[in-house]
Amino acid sequence: MKLISAIIKPFKLDDVREALADIGVSGITVIEVKGFGRQKGHTELYRGAEYVVDFLPKIKVEIAVDDPLVDQVIEAITSAAQTGKIGDGKIFVSDLEQVIRIRTGETGPDAL
Amino acid sequence: MNPMKSLSPARLLAALVLFSLPMLAFGQDEPTLSSGDTAWMIAATALVLMMTIPGVALFYGGLVRAKNVLSVLMQCFAITALVTIIWVVYGYSLAFTDGGSLNAVIGSLDKAFLAGVTIDSLSGSIPETVFMTFQMTFAVITPALIVGAFAERMKFSAMLVFMGLWVTLVYVPIAHWVWGGGWISELGAMDFAGGTVVHINAGVAALMAALVLGKRKGYPTVAMPPHNLGYTVVGASLLWVGWFGFNAGSELAADGVAGMALAVTQIATAAAALTWMFAEWMRHGKPSVLGTATGAVAGLVAITPASGSAGPMGAIVIGFAGALLAFFASTMMKPKLGYDDSLDVWGVHGIAGIVGAILTGVFASTSLGGAGYASEAITMGHQVWVQVLSVLTTLIYGGVVSLILLYLVKLTMGVRVSEEQETEGLDIALHEERGYIL
Repeated sequence: MKLISAIIKPFKLDDVREALADIGVSGITVIEVKGFGRQKGHTELYRGAEYVVDFLPKIKVEIAVDDPLVDQVIEAITSAAQTGKIGDGKIFVSDLEQVIRIRTGETGPDAL
Repeated sequence: MNPMKSLSPARLLAALVLFSLPMLAFGQDEPTLSSGDTAWMIAATALVLMMTIPGVALFYGGLVRAKNVLSVLMQCFAITALVTIIWVVYGYSLAFTDGGSLNAVIGSLDKAFLAGVTIDSLSGSIPETVFMTFQMTFAVITPALIVGAFAERMKFSAMLVFMGLWVTLVYVPIAHWVWGGGWISELGAMDFAGGTVVHINAGVAALMAALVLGKRKGYPTVAMPPHNLGYTVVGASLLWVGWFGFNAGSELAADGVAGMALAVTQIATAAAALTWMFAEWMRHGKPSVLGTATGAVAGLVAITPASGSAGPMGAIVIGFAGALLAFFASTMMKPKLGYDDSLDVWGVHGIAGIVGAILTGVFASTSLGGAGYASEAITMGHQVWVQVLSVLTTLIYGGVVSLILLYLVKLTMGVRVSEEQETEGLDIALHEERGYIL
């Protein structure tokens, strides 16, 4: 099992959610986050006073999936969230040791 | 007739026309109440009060950081109440009564505690109660404007003491000099609605306050962006609307001069908003909401002294010039010189006020569509010189006395909150409240 965390542009969230639903992902977690990568921040100007805003608003999507689905999920997110411009985001993939469904106590892939 | 009426040539003209009307011929001896004038002046008084609360309060409140929003609203609100009482106790009397042998400098205390101001008292064609309250709203907004210079760092107690002293020793005398029959009006200066008394006066006091209090902690390296520009735009809009009471109300009657004052106020403000918007667009690449709203305020300030004498085309030029110079002062001169006039009171009210006061002398000329000077013998050059004198007088007297009062307060009770309080924010530190509980 893998935990896939994707940082995407906020306006791409709906596209990503639909693309994931199409390949059979049954649940995602969405978090509003701030940060910067190569895009850096932006500047704001108030009556001539310029401020650099380092952190841009982004959306972090977290998906736990069984191993066979990983490549499909990555592909779905990449194609749905891509604009080709700087700031499209990143996808992090990490091993997931255990999953437990709280309602039934199921564990492992059955709980996904 | 009240002394204010005799000052501006436009009013003189209006008065002459009025008195030549046959229907009024038998009423010349005793001033009579006009219900039309009275109705308008009651409305105008409410409009001018609205400029301070909530106009200036929101305009400034949106520009500070979230942790100081209440402190600014509170300062405007408390000033409104404080100045009201001062005005009733002695302010109105000292500003608007005849001071006898001292009249060039100050009025008398004959109407202290509003003695003799009754239901039947008239001031021109309106009840004196209305005239007194209308003038009170001007005395209220002037110190409230200064708040922008020391926002986010002044002790509330020191602010109250300073404002009480300032209204007494700066606002009241200058109001008397310009409107109450004092020496500046004797010179023939034209200031229809308070370019010198209100805006240059508040502007120079603000500059002194910024210098005496010093910069906010972290300025200018720490980012201090406005926390809610929506408030600021709403505040600027309330100022714009309320300003019709300020300018058209300064005619003290519902007549043609008031109508023209209304029109030129709107025209100059529109020209000024566009000027700042395009200036910023050209210089920085984007037209900003804050810039456009600030430009509008600069235009309102600039047209104020000229609103009883300039024509529509003059208003466009005055709005344009006022906003352009205020733009340079606020966005370029201030950062260069390094003082922290936090919300640009000097840059907007001081600079646009000076531009407006001087251009009033130009655009009153009938050749430029204005209402003309007090007499045919007065040339444009002479009038501009008198306008410059009135500006310099206000800058020097207002600046020096403000400086003295600020140092007096600083040396006795201190003007600034502690560094810890400043970092925490004045809302919690001074008022034990928060603007936003989210």
